[in-house]
Amino acid sequence: MSNLLIIAIILALGVAGFIMGRGRALRSAGGDKRELHSLPIYYGANVALSALLPAAGLLAIWLIAQPFAINNAVSGLILDESIEETGTRDLVMADVRRVAEGLDRAVDTGAMDAEASFALNTDTDDVRDTLGSLGVALGSDVTPDTLAAAQRYRELSGTGNLFKTLAVIAAGLIGLGVTYLRTHKDFRARNTVENGVLLLLIGAACIAVLTTLGIVLSLIFNTIEFFRLYQASEFFLGTNWSPSFSGRGQTSALGILPLLWGTLYISFVALLVAVPLGLFAAIYLSEYASKGVRSVAKPLLEVLAGIPTIVYGLFALLTVGPLLVEAFGEGGLFGVSWMAGGTAVMTAGLVMGIMLIPFVSSLSDDIINAVPQAMRDGSYGLGATKSETVRQVILPAALPGIVGAVLLAASRAIGETMIVVLGAGAAARLSLNPFEAMTTVTAKIVSQLTGDSDFASPEALVAFALGITLFVITLGLNVFALYIVRKYREQYD
Amino acid sequence: MTDASAPSTPVAAPKAKSLLTQDDRTKRRNAAEKRFRAYGIAAITVGLLFLVSLLWAIVQNGTPAFTQTFVTLDIALLEEKLDKNGNRNIEDIKKVSTFGYSPLINDALIAATADIETEVEDGDLKKILSASAAAIVRDYVIENPDQIGETVEFRLLTSSRVDGYLKGRVTRADLARDKNLDAAHLDLIDAMVAAGAVEKVFNWDFILGADASESRPEQAGIGVSMLGSFFMMLVVLFLALPIGVAASIYLEEFAPQNKFTDLIEVNISNLAAVPSIVFGILGLAVFIQFAHLPQSAPLVGGLTLTLMTLPTIVISTRAALKAVPPSIRDAALGVGASKMQSVFHHVLPLAMPGILTGTIIGLAQALGETAPLLLIGMVGYIASNYPDGIASGFLDPNSAMPAQIYEWAKRADPAYYERAWGGIIVLLGFLLTMNIIAIILRRRFERRW
Repeated sequence: MSNLLIIAIILALGVAGFIMGRGRALRSAGGDKRELHSLPIYYGANVALSALLPAAGLLAIWLIAQPFAINNAVSGLILDESIEETGTRDLVMADVRRVAEGLDRAVDTGAMDAEASFALNTDTDDVRDTLGSLGVALGSDVTPDTLAAAQRYRELSGTGNLFKTLAVIAAGLIGLGVTYLRTHKDFRARNTVENGVLLLLIGAACIAVLTTLGIVLSLIFNTIEFFRLYQASEFFLGTNWSPSFSGRGQTSALGILPLLWGTLYISFVALLVAVPLGLFAAIYLSEYASKGVRSVAKPLLEVLAGIPTIVYGLFALLTVGPLLVEAFGEGGLFGVSWMAGGTAVMTAGLVMGIMLIPFVSSLSDDIINAVPQAMRDGSYGLGATKSETVRQVILPAALPGIVGAVLLAASRAIGETMIVVLGAGAAARLSLNPFEAMTTVTAKIVSQLTGDSDFASPEALVAFALGITLFVITLGLNVFALYIVRKYREQYD
Repeated sequence: MTDASAPSTPVAAPKAKSLLTQDDRTKRRNAAEKRFRAYGIAAITVGLLFLVSLLWAIVQNGTPAFTQTFVTLDIALLEEKLDKNGNRNIEDIKKVSTFGYSPLINDALIAATADIETEVEDGDLKKILSASAAAIVRDYVIENPDQIGETVEFRLLTSSRVDGYLKGRVTRADLARDKNLDAAHLDLIDAMVAAGAVEKVFNWDFILGADASESRPEQAGIGVSMLGSFFMMLVVLFLALPIGVAASIYLEEFAPQNKFTDLIEVNISNLAAVPSIVFGILGLAVFIQFAHLPQSAPLVGGLTLTLMTLPTIVISTRAALKAVPPSIRDAALGVGASKMQSVFHHVLPLAMPGILTGTIIGLAQALGETAPLLLIGMVGYIASNYPDGIASGFLDPNSAMPAQIYEWAKRADPAYYERAWGGIIVLLGFLLTMNIIAIILRRRFERRW
């Protein structure tokens, strides 16, 4: 039975439970609502929830657990020879699943009856052609053990699905029955329902923790896998990045240093643009600007933060890059030929800087506004001009916060992807020339993982090692920046 | 100081200058003040200039994508070519491939350009048309087999270079290196424009259509990936809103002050700052590698973006809940409501405008996000089919608007750059609408206590 149908049945149980529970409570009170402990809907909700929650929970657990159990049971059937032929056990298992699904579909559409599908034999029938005609494409011919594994897979998942349906519906019915029988006019239904709702709320709050856990675990497991295939010291200290694309045979050099250098260089250029502009904009807006100017300029600057990064990427690739080549390229405006192509550190850094201006300016604006007015008044009273007050009183007082804001912006710049993918180029090199193409950690994560479903080669797994490096750097910067900002805020509150 | 008193006090040497004239130091200080002010104005002006030039680049490069050049041709659907048996059997008609249609189109072109003097050879005429022309005519014939034998007026796409020439993107100088088209074709096009056979019209296919293969930029549209984005946003809305609101209610109203609550709060604020590409890695590892959900499916994209948007929604929802004054809660508790009732019956409805505003802004952020989608495979796929229904909308491979724009930006043909900019206009149109709705919600319904 399909999962949708099971969900529909559970929902129907819930609705039925609601009506039954409400009815039973009212009957036990002789139809007089005032005799009940709780409002009638709580009795209904109680029965409905105890039918829904266990069944839905069981369904979710079953859906996650069943594929694992079946995979483990089936993968023992695969011979070592076919693993050697295809590459990895995962790939063979993918084939097994595809064959199994194809046969199931053949039975569903009526192209084959169930008995014939189980009686298939690799010696007499061409399974690949049969499945191909049904729209299931297979990479290689089906070996006997793959077919056997696929048949076992189908059998197991057939039984699994049957048990799943029965178990889930039984759980729903038991929950419904038990609570229905407990429903009585003195039953404290509201308290029970509220406890259940509170549990749901706690569960929702835990998703944030689960997400972090998921990120950390998926990064760590795959990184460990990577370091099994590739030396960690070579990864962290290697100055050469040249992955081989063939996957096998050729060895690839996967040193992170050129990528880190590119990342830091581009972020540095971006900050060089964003910090002075953002800081001066913030100072002007908070200290000098009239209300009218502020109410127009601030939201307009913040529009820059709301524009998706893909737009900046395109702007870098198609507008800023060619413009810079016209200025600094061969035969350009300045008569120098520093720049060969449109994609360069300068292009990506400049555009990323534009993106970060509102980030720096609105954070610094908040921080400057948090400096107490008394400090300004004191400075004016001693005869300082506005700019002297800003430079000698406000900025020193706001410095820790501004440093925090810059660090947050830096962590943004390091984690930014689309601008560097489109604007920075693809060549990993250690060079000082900002007009040369370089590449970053994020851009390489994208190029190593895009369109790849085989996670066995070091060339794909390296992306997870890059990811964990990125995660640790940005998280560290953030935690440090927030610590500084918070510490500073407390001073004046 | 009066003039009279000046001579009467000769004792004090007038070393100190008058208060009315500035000394050098004051001048310097005032100049520094003016300079400082000017730096501020300059910074804001530069920032706004960047914004204007960005918008200008988008509008300038993107608007041509919304018009497209078409040729109107009368094509004779000859029976002896398309239906040799003459029995209108649909299977027989389907056997005629697009190659069978090309001569008919070429004949129509020759007829249409008969009055125009041109150096273009008859066999080369079809280069002004899109490669899709034959397929369009074939689809029409298969749908209307009774039209075989008639002469039907078709409006066919021109090739991307002709289109680019009429939009000013392709110049005659560019064509010197181009083997597909030469200057004679352009003269012919100029003559056909004068005759009214070639015209530029609003390009609905760009907004509603599907992506096309690399060699046919004139046919590509963003419609299918728009649907992909739509299904993703549905997933985000129906998961992130309830989960985010539930989590915020717990943290804001019920959570005790303990280590566990701190852990959750620290997690949420850190997740908000994790680079979006890391969420892509998470989606790839958990939903595709681990749970074996289909690659490139909007469902997976939606789940990944949900995790990315949750912190945004939680943070804004908590702010909205915090803004409801405690007196509301106290009043509800005072008349006998339980804690849960006071929250769900009183606090939550009052915080709803703020929550919705935050949700819309979170959705807008998710709609424009590209990096995680690259990792879960929503690029490199030619989104050429509309999903058949709701289930296939969630589960079949599709692209999303930003991913489609990225895909176009990577292609070599400059005609695709125009599409990419045009796609950005569509995307920004959606974002602008969502933000305006959020602002209106805030203005209309937000209560100041």
